[in-house]
Amino acid sequence: MAVSVDEAVSTGPARDHTPPARRFGGRGRSVLEVALLTVLAVVMLFPVLWMIETSIKENRDVYAIPAKLFDFTVTLEHYKDVFVAPDGGRSALSVSFLNSVVVAGASTVLATVLGVPAAWAYSRFAVKAKKDQLFFILSTRFMPPVVVVIPIFLMYRQVGLIDNKLGLILIYTAFNVPFTIWMMKGFVDEVPAEYEDAAMLDGYTRLQAFWRYTLPLLVPGIAATAVFALIFSWNEFVFATFLTSSDSVRTAPPAIAGLIGGTTTDWGLVAAASVVFALPVLVFAYLVRKHLIAGVTLGAVRR
Amino acid sequence: MSEPVPLTTDHPGQVASTTPPAPGRSRRLSDRWLAVTFISPAMLLLLAMSVFPLLWALYLSFTDYSATRGGPANFIGFGNYTAILTSAQVHTRALTTLIYVVGAVGLQTVLGFGIAYLISRRTHGRGVLTTLFLVPMMLSPVVVGLFWRFMLDAQFGVVNSMLGSIGLGQVEWLTRQRTALLSLIVVDTWQWTPFIMLIALAGLTAVPKYLYEAASIDRASEWFRFRTITLPLVWPLLLIAVMFRAIEAFRLFDLVYILTNGGPGVSTETLSFHIYKVAFLGFNTGTASAYGILMVLVVIVLTQFYLRYLNKLKEG
Repeated sequence: MAVSVDEAVSTGPARDHTPPARRFGGRGRSVLEVALLTVLAVVMLFPVLWMIETSIKENRDVYAIPAKLFDFTVTLEHYKDVFVAPDGGRSALSVSFLNSVVVAGASTVLATVLGVPAAWAYSRFAVKAKKDQLFFILSTRFMPPVVVVIPIFLMYRQVGLIDNKLGLILIYTAFNVPFTIWMMKGFVDEVPAEYEDAAMLDGYTRLQAFWRYTLPLLVPGIAATAVFALIFSWNEFVFATFLTSSDSVRTAPPAIAGLIGGTTTDWGLVAAASVVFALPVLVFAYLVRKHLIAGVTLGAVRR
Repeated sequence: MSEPVPLTTDHPGQVASTTPPAPGRSRRLSDRWLAVTFISPAMLLLLAMSVFPLLWALYLSFTDYSATRGGPANFIGFGNYTAILTSAQVHTRALTTLIYVVGAVGLQTVLGFGIAYLISRRTHGRGVLTTLFLVPMMLSPVVVGLFWRFMLDAQFGVVNSMLGSIGLGQVEWLTRQRTALLSLIVVDTWQWTPFIMLIALAGLTAVPKYLYEAASIDRASEWFRFRTITLPLVWPLLLIAVMFRAIEAFRLFDLVYILTNGGPGVSTETLSFHIYKVAFLGFNTGTASAYGILMVLVVIVLTQFYLRYLNKLKEG
């Protein structure tokens, strides 16, 4: 039973077969519903539009009272400031974006490499106390980050991983592995085990059967899972802010949050940085929209 | 008696099948070996990065260790735990967290289900609508927190500006005790309503159409149909979403950190935020660890409920 967003979204057979005469004001009600949905959509989207608008406004207009909705001067200065430092070199923000790419990318690859084989094994073999193991794995993902970060901080201080990209990569991998296993187990379950049995009858070993027959079928699932892991790591804030401090290591979320530290805040820059930061996430999320439900529930709900 | 019919038909000329099949044992053994090699790396990482730190925190929670003082950790038994459980400060934070969780998750559920219901009744433009509504959920809490902080600014924030233009007074959203917690709830609701909506929508579209058709043949009223068909069928899935959100909301830290930094006063300090203050501003690592362990216990209980319910739903 796989109801993806696309299916949920497809224009199914029209449900309103009831003759309009039967229900008084059926038409009026429909108009009301559309109006209500429109209002809700505007309310939900306004902050995003406002963020985009602020990012292209001149500073004078950003702080205008009352706020200027339409009549403002457009500038791309803020976007330039995101990437270029005042002295012409690379800005600290652009370095942090690069760090984010490295950390999110590496932790996603690691989580995929560790998680996919484990998911396959959980799906195919009779592992002892399988259900308990799977529950335990998902439970680790629910730990409050602030609690975990205290001992992790002490641990990292012992081994010199504080303010180190490797430290972040490791902890993100540990946070993404449970998700990868749960999400991928669902995908592996959908591939009939008979394919592997058939391959083994042909003389392949179990491992070869996995490698040659099952794995290629899993590629779309692996891609979707990896995209979600990438988004989680990209957006993560708590570990990033407590485990890193220097500009050369810091990832984008704490770097953007750091923009509001001083006495005055350049909100135009914050908005532009936020747009640059959020855009890839939205694009990626759109690509995996079919698996969104499984993705956002950490692979627990698959419908 | 004729010869027993072979259960599997071997391909003629298959060489492998002429050799006597190795007893299943060896294959099963190699399966077990495969399972172990495939699972243990992931397991080891989890043990090292999740279980070991928690055990360390558990040990520290019985000591008076401080990360900055650096002295030896003295064993003080359950001292930290009794201090926390009897502290009025902690009770305040627990109440704040409770108000926040109930308020935010409640609002999200009502709004999310409402939007999903409205969308499910549309025949056109569902895809576009769903996609648009989902945007807030995908944003980082950093972006959400910062941006709402800007919009809720008492002076040049767009929210007050709009209130002003329709003749309402200015509200100090983030700098008054009452409104600050309300703002936190509103922002969280804005971000996570899509989550409930997404899952509710999946439930709503999975309700078999013939049930509605049967009901409309029986001339059942709209409300009756909603109450007896829609709600009972969507409820189990909706509950999953609500529980999931409740666990997440209980752990909330980043939004508080960015939006209000716990203030004004301590009015928006959640339990997570308080732990952070005890650990990283007060440097009472032992106390913070005990605090954290207590929170983990609550999370474990909640997660067990959630997973058991999920399991029941999958099997049922």
